Amino acid sequence: MKILVTVKRVIDYNVKVRVKSDNTDVDLANVKMALNPFCEIAVEEAVRLKEAGVATEVVVVSIGPKACQEQIRTALALGADRGIQIETDSMPESLNAAKLLAKVIAEEQPELIVMGKQAIDSDNNQTGQMLAALLDMPQGTFASELKLESGKAQVTREVDGGLQTVELNLPAIVTTDLRLNEPRYASLPNIMKAKRKPLAVKTPADLGVELKEHSKLIQVTPPAERQAGIKVASVDELVEKLKNEAKVI
Amino acid sequence: MSTYNPPLQDASFVLDQLIGLDQMCNDLKLDEVNSELASVIVEEAGKLASEVLAPLNSVGDQNGATVSEGAVTETQGFSDAYQQFVENGWATLTGPEEFGGQALPNVLGTAVNELWHSSNMAFALCPMLSQGAVEALIAHGSDELKAQYLPQLISGEWTGTMNLTEPNAGSDLAAVSAKAVPDGEQFRISGQKIFITWGDHQMTSNIVHLVLARLPDAPAGVKGISLFIVPKYLLDEQGQPAAQNDVSCVSLEHKMGIHGSPTCVMSFGDNEGAIGYLVGEANKGLSYMFTMMNHARQSVGLQGLSISERAYQQAVQYSQERFQGSNRDGSKIAIINHPDVRRMLMAMKAGNEAMRALAYSAAADIDRAHHGDAASRSRVELYTPIVKGWMTELAQELTSLNVQVHGGMGFIEETGAAQHYRDARILPIYEGTTGIQALDLIGRKTLFDNGTALKHLQQEIQASVDTLRNSESESLQQLGRKLETALKQACNAGDWILDNAAQDKELMGNVSFDNLMMMGYLTGGWLLAKSAIQAEQLKQTDNAYGAPFLNAKISTAQFFADHYLPRVGQHSETILTGLRHTFALDIDLL
Ligand SMILES: Cc1cc2nc3c(=O)[nH]c(=O)nc-3n(C[C@H](O)[C@H](O)[C@H](O)COP(=O)(O)OP(=O)(O)OC[C@H]3O[C@@H](n4cnc5c(N)ncnc54)[C@H](O)[C@@H]3O)c2cc1C
Repeated sequence: MKILVTVKRVIDYNVKVRVKSDNTDVDLANVKMALNPFCEIAVEEAVRLKEAGVATEVVVVSIGPKACQEQIRTALALGADRGIQIETDSMPESLNAAKLLAKVIAEEQPELIVMGKQAIDSDNNQTGQMLAALLDMPQGTFASELKLESGKAQVTREVDGGLQTVELNLPAIVTTDLRLNEPRYASLPNIMKAKRKPLAVKTPADLGVELKEHSKLIQVTPPAERQAGIKVASVDELVEKLKNEAKVI
Repeated sequence: MSTYNPPLQDASFVLDQLIGLDQMCNDLKLDEVNSELASVIVEEAGKLASEVLAPLNSVGDQNGATVSEGAVTETQGFSDAYQQFVENGWATLTGPEEFGGQALPNVLGTAVNELWHSSNMAFALCPMLSQGAVEALIAHGSDELKAQYLPQLISGEWTGTMNLTEPNAGSDLAAVSAKAVPDGEQFRISGQKIFITWGDHQMTSNIVHLVLARLPDAPAGVKGISLFIVPKYLLDEQGQPAAQNDVSCVSLEHKMGIHGSPTCVMSFGDNEGAIGYLVGEANKGLSYMFTMMNHARQSVGLQGLSISERAYQQAVQYSQERFQGSNRDGSKIAIINHPDVRRMLMAMKAGNEAMRALAYSAAADIDRAHHGDAASRSRVELYTPIVKGWMTELAQELTSLNVQVHGGMGFIEETGAAQHYRDARILPIYEGTTGIQALDLIGRKTLFDNGTALKHLQQEIQASVDTLRNSESESLQQLGRKLETALKQACNAGDWILDNAAQDKELMGNVSFDNLMMMGYLTGGWLLAKSAIQAEQLKQTDNAYGAPFLNAKISTAQFFADHYLPRVGQHSETILTGLRHTFALDIDLL
């Protein structure tokens, strides 16, 4: 079984995010970038399936400028077999990403596609769903458990009320939630091997996709600074403030 | 407790810009290695260091190793972390390929080791000592010993120790008295060794002790000491650990710091004699130790950087969380805004960056020397006592500054600032005290070659002074003037020592420490000035670092030049006095 995993280059979760002074975007100049944590979980799941003998090949795909090859290499160091970069000038919005991925999937014909449920930069949580719609494939989103048996995928999903288990026909799309697994650390021999694993570069034109502007970024503003707290002298005062100042009760 | 952020950007700056890793790998024909791979390796190691090892650092401090019936139990959590460390292949980084290593350059090993020691020095001592044992076996072991022990030592499946010190043999290893008696092809070892780091633990299925001992017919003194391998468990026919050897840990020392690292009193041969195997030739043990010394001593110097870096990060964090004083508008002032606190933070940052520049440069010279470069070989000899001596002494000051930034809370164990300070205190002691490093620098490394290696270094510093003074940048010109002053002072003192040491036998010992520290501040200041030149050049181009980092690099070099470079002059002045009054008082007046 071939598994295709998508990975996105995002700002490292340890970095304090800053907004550009003209409020046009987040400031990414010389900021540490990393593999999106949900994508890392997706890679881990695929590699585990390979180690368990269920999968035979794990292909990782990333879309973005050349620098996103770093994240492909990271995924290769975690155990994926080969990488595909779809070269774009900037990070594509979700629908464009889904369209590009749909073409790659048509070429690669994987039986399972594992994606992060969302990327921690834009937090959209929609590319997987869009891709499923474009490909008319079954989807199991927010997976906290994944089992593959007799040509079907059993996905336990984290939903508001608790857990829901769905069974999907393959090929299918699964998006990962945090509890699906705990990703490993890359081992030194695998980091060395990753250098030699194949990494193909394609352009949207190669895939016959024309990128369109479906939405426009108007402004980015940082959240308001948290005000310092105050001490209240009594419970009565607390209740009074909650009622009249915070207006929450 | 304090979190740890691997300083990836500065590490990559030093590797790529100051040392020129790509050029070095080209020159040394290390086709597989380049700066891109190096940065991935350092980054991935940083994840394990900060997420797995760093949280265990205070655990080890509060729950040190314990011993019962000759067996040491390490701090809880260390064993799992060690398995992960080994499974991820980190122990193999610099080992030769034929024994399962990745054969990566020493300078890269150094950059990665910095992270292990910053995150958890007590833990990292264990793989550090294994690396020492590996070096000894590669350089001097027979093919048979290599085949039996190297693969498992390099993979980390077994660990190694260094058993040199005895109650009467510390700095003076010529006094070693442990016995080795031939018994067929092998030897029976008996005697007591003290202060043996990671001498016992339960993390691996075997421990390989390297032991210094004397043969019955050995000449007295330095020329009568041999080196032996004494495994905790003897190997069976298949090379697997089997019967227990006659060696055990009698007790553990109660220490000021590095509580997570068991410091063992080891007893060899309480019964029939521990079985040992001779490494290399008889009576050459001490000279073998010398061949491994550069690497071992540089590793301890590196620990000085590591622990100071961790302390610095903690200080930066705390000084933003602690508020003292108010602005006119009533808002509170974070102490990081007080000039004196800022001075301490800058002193730590500048000191750390100078140490990183020096430690990595010295490590890269070991790589070049290994590939036969003679100039690098003599530079390694000169650098090693400076890396070990100066960096571990500076670490005392910098970890103390972290305590000071914390104020009263620094003195309270809870914050963890005290741990770094206590842990750092061992560094100028083991692997040759500062006194021994200072004598090494002034004697074997300076007087012995009539100052040849020293003069080469001075010339290189002069070349940087010229570059700085001819620069278009006012900041660099200023830096050049300050470095030039310091260089002149150091040259004066160096020449004076070379001119006078032969006639005046007391001189060398009296001024050795000042000479060591003088050379440390000079080299550190020089390497930061060189970094500033690189940073200024990079600023003109499209680069991966960004203006804030590069400007900070230049300002940090300037701070070093203002704050630390004048110490070159002070030490130089002290040297020129000859410290004539050192022995002025009879012992009964002391
Ligand atoms: C925590 C810890 C871990 C250790 N780990 C190991 C280990 O794994 N393996 C091992 O073999 N050893 C180990 N050691 C021993 C360590 O290397 C010695 O303690 C060190 O070399 C100093 O020897 P000493 O303690 O006998 O001090 P001494 O030699 O007694 O030194 C005392 C003082 O005298 C000075 N001095 C001595 N001789 C001279 C001289 N010729 N000229 C000028 N000054 C001199 C020293 O600089 C020092 O200030 C460890 C020690 C400690 C505390």
